Amino acid sequence: MKKAFQISSADNVATLLADADAETIEVIGRGSLALREKIPLGHKVALAAIPANGAVMKFGVRIGHATRAIAPGDWVHLHNCASDYDERSNTLDNETGAPTDTTDAYA
Amino acid sequence: MPEFWNGYLRADGCKGVRNLVLVIYTVECARFVAHAIGSGEPDVHVVGFAGCYDNAYAIRLMLALGRHPNVGAVLSVGLGCEYTQPARIAEAVRKSGRPAENFFIQDVGGTAKSIAQGKEIVRRLREQIDRDTPRVPMTLADLSVGCECGGSDGTSGLAGNPVVGAFFDRLVDAGGTAIFEETVEQIGLKDLIVSRAANPEVATTLAKTYDKAERYCHEVRQWSASPGNFAGGLTTIEEKSLGAFAKSGTRPIQGVVKVSEAPARPGLWLMDSVPDPHFMQFGYTNPNDSEGLMDLISGGCQIILFVTGRGSVIGSPVAPLIKITGNAQTFRRMAEDMDFNASRVLTGERTIPQAGGELLDLVTRTAAGELTKPERLGHREYFITYKHQDAPSLSAGCRA
Repeated sequence: MKKAFQISSADNVATLLADADAETIEVIGRGSLALREKIPLGHKVALAAIPANGAVMKFGVRIGHATRAIAPGDWVHLHNCASDYDERSNTLDNETGAPTDTTDAYA
Repeated sequence: MPEFWNGYLRADGCKGVRNLVLVIYTVECARFVAHAIGSGEPDVHVVGFAGCYDNAYAIRLMLALGRHPNVGAVLSVGLGCEYTQPARIAEAVRKSGRPAENFFIQDVGGTAKSIAQGKEIVRRLREQIDRDTPRVPMTLADLSVGCECGGSDGTSGLAGNPVVGAFFDRLVDAGGTAIFEETVEQIGLKDLIVSRAANPEVATTLAKTYDKAERYCHEVRQWSASPGNFAGGLTTIEEKSLGAFAKSGTRPIQGVVKVSEAPARPGLWLMDSVPDPHFMQFGYTNPNDSEGLMDLISGGCQIILFVTGRGSVIGSPVAPLIKITGNAQTFRRMAEDMDFNASRVLTGERTIPQAGGELLDLVTRTAAGELTKPERLGHREYFITYKHQDAPSLSAGCRA
């Protein structure tokens, strides 16, 4: 079974240690979890429901906030989580991280 | 693992782990000739500054490289029109006891003559430092190691950076010096960073350094995260920052140094490479990974570590670079470039302290002369840019 790692017990996300499809994985030291979608290595899965504007916790620290309600097993990334500081990152492409706000410069 | 190895003793008391001749060019127009001089010459590295108009920060940085523990001699080459003066660079390097020479390409008479003259000089300097540099025993207490990360992904904060943190703890406990940087990657962590200060005075400095970095990012509207970071699973600068800060280990932070400033005593130090605000406002900082590595080398680090998740193929002049990844896919895909596989802490094959011990072993072997993968591949990328920082003491060079 593919694995994910929860760094701090206060975290509501875990990091995937392998590329996974919508399948059941093991969250080390915590048990199994059904992924609701494909999540790549290094990306985060929600371990608990996070309401819109709720804190996203990793390393035991707030790393940002949910921009919409997140369910357990959801991929947590730019489409549903935002920095409390950085205004630009949520304009980036969710899959590739490529910028979308400088398109005019290439014209 | 050897407890000591033989290093190179400089006249100013610094001890190096390589014995290099450094060619420093003073404007982009001299770059081709400078690189042609270094081409094919063993242990001759090249750095330079592209601008015609001079910049105090860039001059200090090139002087710090010219007087670096790993550098035994310098040749400074200019075109002849530029503001930055090769003769003054050579003079400042000679004051450290290292032989140094200089010329203008316009005076020598063009490309071919300048390359020939430069090669003659670097070969002479090579013979001189091979003959005259005393070999002395070095231990970890003589070593200064810097670390930055680049191409970070979700594994960097879980494996690569924590393993460096474990190594930094061992290095500091052995009496060595550890420098980490990237204050623009401490966003959201002010309380955590300040809590690591060795004393209240340092706590005040760390808080000010943090505030400047956060203000800088707001003002230039760019936070230190790249498309590759997001593709690798990092979602926010806060998340990336926590991973990056893990490289600092757990020991108290002794203080903050600016670029081209070496720590005053051993221990764990933070380098502030963010510009200080001045008449042109902040300007840009941290344009790429190579610039960050130059900063760490300018702080006197004889060896530098680079933690990557997505992968990187850079190296560095002056100080050997050790590349570490916590991403098993990257280690396999870019095996020729990666020196250390930290992903084994994610599979349970190693604990973080065990991997930190293995990294200590690799650093020691590198200090004793073993070439790193970027060194073997010939990677010596560098980047010296216009920037303003309020000057550290010019006498700050090495702590001997």
